[in-house]
Amino acid sequence: MENNNIVPVNNEAEDQFIIKDEIAVKVDNVSILFNLNKEGVDSFKEYMIKLLKRQLHYDEFWALTDVSFELKKGERLGIMGLNGAGKSTLLKTIAGVLKPSKGSVTVKGVIAPLLELGAGFDGQYTGKENIFLYGSVMGYSREFIASKYDEIVAFSELKKFIDVPLKNYSSGMKARLGFAIATAVEPEVLILDEVLSVGDAKFRAKSEKKVRSMFDKGVTVLFVSHSVQQVKSICNKAILLEHGKIIASGEVEEICAIYEERTDKKLETQMNDLIKEIDKSQKKIKKIKEKQAETGEEISAEVITKTEQKLEQLHGSVKEMEKE
Amino acid sequence: MANTDKVSFTEKSKGSIKGLKKYRNLLNELVRKNIKLQYRGSVLGLFWTCLQPLLTMIVLSFVFSMIFGKKNVANYPVYLLTGRLLFDFYSGSTKKAMRSIRGNASIIKKVYVPKYAYVFSNIVSTFITFAISLIDLIVVIAFYNIFIPSKAIYITPCVIMAIIPIFVLAVLATGVGFILATLQVFFRDVEYLYDVFCLLLFYMTPIVYTVDKLQLGAAAVVLKANPLYGIIGAFRACVTGQTGLKGQKGFEIAYGPGHLTHAFHLAVNTMTSGAFLYAVGFAVIMLVIGIIVFRKNQDKFILHI
Repeated sequence: MENNNIVPVNNEAEDQFIIKDEIAVKVDNVSILFNLNKEGVDSFKEYMIKLLKRQLHYDEFWALTDVSFELKKGERLGIMGLNGAGKSTLLKTIAGVLKPSKGSVTVKGVIAPLLELGAGFDGQYTGKENIFLYGSVMGYSREFIASKYDEIVAFSELKKFIDVPLKNYSSGMKARLGFAIATAVEPEVLILDEVLSVGDAKFRAKSEKKVRSMFDKGVTVLFVSHSVQQVKSICNKAILLEHGKIIASGEVEEICAIYEERTDKKLETQMNDLIKEIDKSQKKIKKIKEKQAETGEEISAEVITKTEQKLEQLHGSVKEMEKE
Repeated sequence: MANTDKVSFTEKSKGSIKGLKKYRNLLNELVRKNIKLQYRGSVLGLFWTCLQPLLTMIVLSFVFSMIFGKKNVANYPVYLLTGRLLFDFYSGSTKKAMRSIRGNASIIKKVYVPKYAYVFSNIVSTFITFAISLIDLIVVIAFYNIFIPSKAIYITPCVIMAIIPIFVLAVLATGVGFILATLQVFFRDVEYLYDVFCLLLFYMTPIVYTVDKLQLGAAAVVLKANPLYGIIGAFRACVTGQTGLKGQKGFEIAYGPGHLTHAFHLAVNTMTSGAFLYAVGFAVIMLVIGIIVFRKNQDKFILHI
């Protein structure tokens, strides 16, 4: 029937052997293939025409290739890499949202994905109703959520607004509620996707404290961040992804050093490319102006403004990069 | 640990019995949400479930009795209402099921959830509002029986047998719902096409007209290809005795000697007729296709929504 890439876990056996070195997350040779639709066919007419004309090509794109690692219970893994390296794809695969094209993922225990808090909320529902809805999305029974209800409301500091429809909440309030629900369940595996920046400074401190208290209880953590500092403060292990492949894995300090070195190099080359392009544009403008002076025509006013706009954009990106 | 159950995601994804049990609460919550939100903000709330079919019945019976004149069904408003309620359940549930995957894309993209729950919860919630709206039928029949004895409808214990066509209709709606939900993920056009198709289906089903009265040629073939034809006919046979089907002479069940056997024979005859058996087969095939198509494609949904 289905290709069961995923190995079932025998829960009874698991309960008998709770030892410190137990593996919590096992990612075994995972590859993910995306079919990038060249033209984005999503209507029936287009599909039929393309099918008849035999133009239905797909670009294949391996978002992850042969990614393997193991995490023991209580270990905290930082996943690092530049944009588009496959970090989010990897997290989604571990969370079970994406199915690996090859390989398998095994996770023992309850996973709480803290990716984009409040994704399961309904705007028309009140805060209270959303707590029960979100809890059910995470797979909990109504009784269990009811037993955690007071704790969730207290932590989110939204007691006054709990009977107000969520569409009237601010984004900070939504994030607080989401965070409170997701962490109330005391999961075994926690997936953090740059969410430690929820709400105001006071709540941020509170949420960080909560997450740290979960560390003490031996929760296994997967953390994605661009901030080397944050990764160092939270994780004890790290992997570095580039173009969907693990290029380094090991202790956090070691990997962070490699990451910093690589990003510096990358920034440098990008910067050089930009400078080259600025030069090119400047030369182009000069040329056009010279030509104009020669012929006395006004044909290329448009071209000049376009090139100037591009120049401005390039200057903008250079400034941004310098900041980094 | 406070965790009530420790089912790893590896098991959920297999759709095992344990997974179904774990996510039963999700299904409950979604059904609850659908019903709660349907009429939220309206003054009359859930009362609209009953009021709306009643009002459409009044409008339709007024319009169509003007056009068609004298009816060969004794009680046209009740005839209309029975057909309309069943049709509304079918079209309402399938349309909502069709939109359910794309409509919940934000959750499906972020958290692992069994996707069938979103499709099936819409079928269940529409079924519940449909069951509530059956009160209308009771009210209207009671109204005629008390105030207009000439148009009274005699209800027999055979009304219980109406559960069978209702069940078949629910199976059909579930199957079609799964097929449409899958198709809609890949082709958005399905949404607009199906709306038009439902309009066509409304006129292809004996809801506002009866079949034995019309002269049918080629139209009879198209009409009988419609599974709703047999299902609505069987439902009417059980409830009112006015089937509206070709060949099943719509006779009224009057109170008198042998009325119960009379009613029973009518119900059994309609449910063993070719039209109804065809509908049963059709519904089962749709359900099987729906489940297979949905299961085969559900892992690809995330790449398209």
